[in-house]
Amino acid sequence: MGVSGGGTNHCRAIGGDFDMTVKNTTPRSRGFYAQLVLTLLLCLFILVPIVMSMLAGVTVNVFQGLKSGLTLRWVGEVWMLYSDSILLSVWLALACLAVTLVVGVPLAYVLVRCPGRLSRLFEELLTLPVAIPGLALALALLITYGGFPGYRTSPLFILTGHVLFTLPFMVRSVSAILSAIDLRALEEGAASLGARFWRRFFTVILPNARPGILAGSLMVVTLSIGEFNLTWMLHTPLTKTLPVGLADSYASMRLEIGSAYTLIFFVLIMPLLIAMQVLANWQKPDPRKTVTDDKDMS
Amino acid sequence: MVFEKLRGWRSRHPFLPKITAGPDRLILTMLAVPGVMVVVAFFLLPLARVALAVADGPDGLATYFIILTNPRYLGSLIQTLAMSAGVTVVALVLCCVSGLFLVRNRFAGRSIVKALLTLPLSFPGVVVGFMVIMLAGRQGVLAEISNALTGERWVFAYNIAGLFVGYLYFSIPRVILAVMASAEKLDIALEEAARSLGAPGWRVVRDVILPGLMPGLISSGAICFATAMGAFGTAFTLATEINVLPMVIYTEFTLNANTAVAASLSIALGLMTWACLAAVRTIAGPSAGIST
Repeated sequence: MGVSGGGTNHCRAIGGDFDMTVKNTTPRSRGFYAQLVLTLLLCLFILVPIVMSMLAGVTVNVFQGLKSGLTLRWVGEVWMLYSDSILLSVWLALACLAVTLVVGVPLAYVLVRCPGRLSRLFEELLTLPVAIPGLALALALLITYGGFPGYRTSPLFILTGHVLFTLPFMVRSVSAILSAIDLRALEEGAASLGARFWRRFFTVILPNARPGILAGSLMVVTLSIGEFNLTWMLHTPLTKTLPVGLADSYASMRLEIGSAYTLIFFVLIMPLLIAMQVLANWQKPDPRKTVTDDKDMS
Repeated sequence: MVFEKLRGWRSRHPFLPKITAGPDRLILTMLAVPGVMVVVAFFLLPLARVALAVADGPDGLATYFIILTNPRYLGSLIQTLAMSAGVTVVALVLCCVSGLFLVRNRFAGRSIVKALLTLPLSFPGVVVGFMVIMLAGRQGVLAEISNALTGERWVFAYNIAGLFVGYLYFSIPRVILAVMASAEKLDIALEEAARSLGAPGWRVVRDVILPGLMPGLISSGAICFATAMGAFGTAFTLATEINVLPMVIYTEFTLNANTAVAASLSIALGLMTWACLAAVRTIAGPSAGIST
């Protein structure tokens, strides 16, 4: 947007931007700037609180503002207070990933391999936990398994909720990739060369499903680290996760500590989000991209 | 070699007896067993238990309908519905304008803007609540700005406006992604045709662009609505005086130990969000309806 100051037609040529078709001959209209302003306002709406909370987490005293100086003291204090919750969340996310990989990838394969009414019904059932509010799901788990004290108080109870909630994402992600390729031809090819099922599964099917597995894994880890609705109901004082600790710090600690904790959460989750976007851009639109490129050239 | 050729030939001619290249039923079943077990043990069974738990309530079977018969719960339901519908409409309007803009125009920083708008997609509700406090709380940026301008602090994080802003915050990423996806599929030639036939701008929008976007708008609107209905973390952090349904369920279960009522309200809420998403999936195709 560095060039938007100049005359509109001229600057568009410099900016190398291809405003498609008819509009090309007319200068940018008032509507363009109205849309631009709204888009920038939305960006500010999203960005300002994130930046504010990150800054507040490293400010000596929020009430005096940035002039009171910067410090890592609050981050240190959060680590002292909440390192258990943060580590538990990381552990849970990895465990959740392991379970969804072992359970979800074969399941996705079976669902793609045997299309039919039963498979569709089961897929609907599988995605239900995403449609139902986490709170309701947690309530169901509590009513059913809350009476088993050993299970109720262990992190496995929270892991159960997380697996239930994230499994559909893994299955969807993998089955989307698998149904886009001609599984049957690949498998027949491998079989005709003498490969038995397990060999085919590990050397043909899994490598082909890799983009889906990768995208699903990123999704599962991100969702598990940030899950609150279910976890708040399922946690016990000894099994607090990162978001549970966040809620606790917002409610009972000073603003700087809540902010520093949020900062830690952002630092944990940002690489995952960025990786997800890179992956999505990467996979997406080879065919579509060439189409729009053609349009742009004309 | 002959055998291999025969195999390829057979697979092209399905009426011949098939040499199966796929795994047999036993292996397929084995592969699906863990997943089926997870769903049955940790979803179907608990669901059944919840449905049964309702009948233990004070009013017996009538507890199933308590969300409609009890004025307090009915009030909460209406508030939650109104809130979710309002957020959905506002998010759709804003994201339509902005999403169309981002798809149609190329400018420096465009991809950063896109990335930024979808950033909060996986923020938990508690963090979104904290973002509202940062924006409109006692030390929030709006309070500081208004204090500098008028000497008065605007603080609305803890009332219904703050809750609305929070819901909008986590709705925008979902909706804008869907709007951009369907805007990319719009046929520009149709708009040119309308323009060249003399249609003014607003008619192009109303008669050409909006109908083209409609399937995407419906499905993303449904996702937005269902998410807003079930959102708990944001309301929990802001601790507002208005009782959205998830907060009522939480209070009934933990503070009042009223499991039957909490279960009944949960079933009602779950049925509503599920029906909303399922209805849209049958309209807009199977890829809609699953989102964070």
